[in-house]
Amino acid sequence: MTIPPPIAMLAELTHRCPLSCPYCSNPVQLQGKAAELDTATWADVFRQAADLGVLQLHISGGEPASRPDLVDLTAAAHDAGLYTNLITSGIGLTPKRLDALESVGLDHIQLSMQGTTAGLADWVGGYKGGFTRKMAIAQEIKARGIPLTLNAVMHRHNLDDLDATIDLAVELGARRLEVACVQFHGWAVRNRDMLLPTFEQTEATKRTVAAATKRLRGILAFDFVPPDYYSDYPKACMGGWGSAGLNVTPDGTVLPCHAAESIPHLTFQSVRDVPLADIWFKGDAFNAYRGTDWLPEPCQSCERRDIDFGGCRCQAMMLAGDASVTDPVCTRSPDHGLVLKVLEDAGVARKDGEFTYRAYAGKQG
Amino acid sequence: MILELAPTDRPFLPRGVRVQPDRVRGGMVLLAPEKAIRLDAIGEAILARVTGQASFDEIVDDLAQTYNAPRDQIGTDVQRFLVGLRARMYLGVNP
Ligand code: SF4
Ligand code: SF4
Repeated sequence: MTIPPPIAMLAELTHRCPLSCPYCSNPVQLQGKAAELDTATWADVFRQAADLGVLQLHISGGEPASRPDLVDLTAAAHDAGLYTNLITSGIGLTPKRLDALESVGLDHIQLSMQGTTAGLADWVGGYKGGFTRKMAIAQEIKARGIPLTLNAVMHRHNLDDLDATIDLAVELGARRLEVACVQFHGWAVRNRDMLLPTFEQTEATKRTVAAATKRLRGILAFDFVPPDYYSDYPKACMGGWGSAGLNVTPDGTVLPCHAAESIPHLTFQSVRDVPLADIWFKGDAFNAYRGTDWLPEPCQSCERRDIDFGGCRCQAMMLAGDASVTDPVCTRSPDHGLVLKVLEDAGVARKDGEFTYRAYAGKQG
Repeated sequence: MILELAPTDRPFLPRGVRVQPDRVRGGMVLLAPEKAIRLDAIGEAILARVTGQASFDEIVDDLAQTYNAPRDQIGTDVQRFLVGLRARMYLGVNP
């Protein structure tokens, strides 16, 4: 098998974030500030990524604006020839910083939405006053004409807010709205009974997105990530393991996907020790589930084998306790009963209490 | 909104969308927000003419002439290609 070079890289500059969303995709073991790569090392990683074939750089976190050197890092990425996408909550950005980011060549901003009212958004994000500040910076982004995508992570407590989210995206001049139903990894697992949408909500969401896609054609493009627990087939996670993208954590650890550390038998290399190209092409973790040869039945003889590659490894790990089996979300998986059980339990346990917010273990980093 | 371009519409790549060489894989690539699309020779030829100045008709004429191909066929291909980009908001249009 010839291994294609990666197209996209997610750079988690920091795990620090003023918000504490209960579905945060950062690992449960958050890295502190002291562990983070410095400016020069990140800049070198960006150059290595571009040399390797990466075209798109997602500058993420945590909250990337928590890094004082965000502008320098964006400049380094731009100079390396990468398309720069800033994934942010907006908190920590200022008009002055936006000007600086624009002048060093920032290409696009993806702004996260926790809700369309201060009450809802600040509750979900666990940060009082966050919504007002986010809206202020959204207006600054709009005024500058920086290409904008809104990313709304949807779950049981804000799915009914979807119409308002769509209106807000149009009002803010966003070109694209990502309606991403929460995926259950890391922190989200701890909040599953709070977050898991009902079947009815999921169906209504699909209808809303389909209708809005038609109505807003040429005004707002949609990307929809349905909640996969209700799907028949799993998602092709990352477009295939070690096939299109990679993820660098704040301390330089390189992962095939952001949740890969949840697979205990894998070991990961760091850009501090090994060139990025060697990690991509030769790293054990990247080769562990590359391609389809390793796939078990029923995937091996399934006509969807080269479409979804057996689904998500981390989900197989979490639900079935084995990262090398068919994603239990798949209705053909022998473990599919586990998903049905989760749905049934969530129906019974459905809570309207409080979230378990993301937090540092022990002392704040 | 109707996505099909009128003969006089002048398409352009909006801010955040650009064509650049792919120095590792070769060829040209269209870069847009969170998306990279490899261009084949036809896509490359079309986008090289998407300047914000040339009208849809002028682009089609130019391509038909350059490649000595039937204008109707080229018109259909260009329309399909540009509508696809416009639906994803990768293309702007000046009247
Ligand atoms: S999901 Fe929320 S808490 Fe996690 S990094 Fe994004 S804004 Fe911060
Ligand atoms: S059996 Fe495997 S390959 Fe087939 S749809 Fe399910 S997960 Fe995909």
